[in-house]
Amino acid sequence: MNTLSRRSFLKRGAGAAIGGLLPLSLVEVAFADKRRNFTFAYISDSHIQHIKGNQFVRNWDRGLIRAVAETNLMDPKPDFVMYGGDLAQLGTKAELDHGLELLGALRPHTRFVMGEHDYYLDLGEYWSKLLGPQYYSFDHKGVHFVVLNSILTYDKWINKWSTPEERMNVMAGLDNPLGSPFMVGAKQRAWLKQDLAKVSKDTPVVVFSHSPLQKIYKGWNFWTEDAEQVQALLKPFKQVTVFYGHVHQIQYNQIGNISFYSAMATAWPWPYPATYNQKPSHLPKLTVEMNRADPFFERDATGWQFIDVWSGRATVHYSLPENTPRTVAYNPKTRRPEDTRYQKKRIPPQKHY
Amino acid sequence: MKRTTILLSALLLAAPAAADEFTEADLKRWQAEFQTVVKRGRAAFTDPKLGSNGVVCAQCHPNAANTHPETYPKFQKQLGRVAELWEMVNWCIQNPLEGEPLAADDPRMIALQAYINWERRGAKLAPGKH
Repeated sequence: MNTLSRRSFLKRGAGAAIGGLLPLSLVEVAFADKRRNFTFAYISDSHIQHIKGNQFVRNWDRGLIRAVAETNLMDPKPDFVMYGGDLAQLGTKAELDHGLELLGALRPHTRFVMGEHDYYLDLGEYWSKLLGPQYYSFDHKGVHFVVLNSILTYDKWINKWSTPEERMNVMAGLDNPLGSPFMVGAKQRAWLKQDLAKVSKDTPVVVFSHSPLQKIYKGWNFWTEDAEQVQALLKPFKQVTVFYGHVHQIQYNQIGNISFYSAMATAWPWPYPATYNQKPSHLPKLTVEMNRADPFFERDATGWQFIDVWSGRATVHYSLPENTPRTVAYNPKTRRPEDTRYQKKRIPPQKHY
Repeated sequence: MKRTTILLSALLLAAPAAADEFTEADLKRWQAEFQTVVKRGRAAFTDPKLGSNGVVCAQCHPNAANTHPETYPKFQKQLGRVAELWEMVNWCIQNPLEGEPLAADDPRMIALQAYINWERRGAKLAPGKH
């Protein structure tokens, strides 16, 4: 297992100057043969929000700008960047254009996952025009990567609104009871089955989705309706890792052979669903929560992560703006992801509230 | 005029006996009044016009989660003193929402607090807790 310090990824000097404040993820894919190791960065949920004219919500802009800056300072340089979805807040051309302009400063090649905030205005049309297919796969240095559009929903819901703006506004409200559950859908599952058919069962598989491919809390769409069906397609593989955004907080889980890790947002943090005391939720028992009792700092929990995938398994380093960094690593003995320091005590790791 | 006089005298007559009595209809009305304000609060909580930049309270606080109304009054680092919930609501309006603060008795402020408390009903009072 690699125990990388976050600083080791930053070029000396420049890294010290910007401090430990930037929200993104760096992923190292490591193998028994270290020459095969590689890293990639993972940035998610920037929610670029247009006010009017050339004005955008500066708080969200700043989060993404800092993530981009730190990614460019990574050493070793990440092979590529994965953007985890929700680049825009209300899916407009202005927001997607502005978000991509900020991401344009990234030196490594960037790939994208579709988020619901990018999608429900024009059903992904402008996003696809700029960025291409909404689901795809690629191979990189011995790992099979799959990107899914997991935020689709029922046609009946999609067509019930009088305007695209109305539809987008409803889906943009996380707690809006008029929303609809996310899903990958039959068409994409058929594609995934076909795509995976040509991959050896020994090949590490890494899947990116925006929503969790597991069911946590339906009320906030921490949920994918056909999660079990997607998990079933991934079951034959020895090493599967799913990375997802959407939840704006640290979560991790193990279901059968599949390890799950969430990404933090660059925009704002979300409370854990259990803090809404009117409804039951199912946060993975494994997850040691972030300490979010009363964040004084409104960007708390908008940290960043870098992830080593060694022998097809992941070690995720979560760096928080004003808190102790956390490392969640796959433990081969217990066969599940565990926080390397806080798992046994099960205490919230942060001192900063 | 005649009608008013009759009503008034009826009230005067009934007053001593009925002082602490209320009916099922009263309870319903009061509950409906409260829920109307809760609804207005939810509307303000999701209103892009509450601040100046289109950001809404519910963006960071789905179902008003992580507002902890049961912990107020308490020390707020942002304000440097022990404060009430409405003062913290104003901090949010002025900072993430980049808007103008509301008066303590502004109907929108009362509605916001009614909504926040309603979503958090059942939580044990814990003033000062962090």
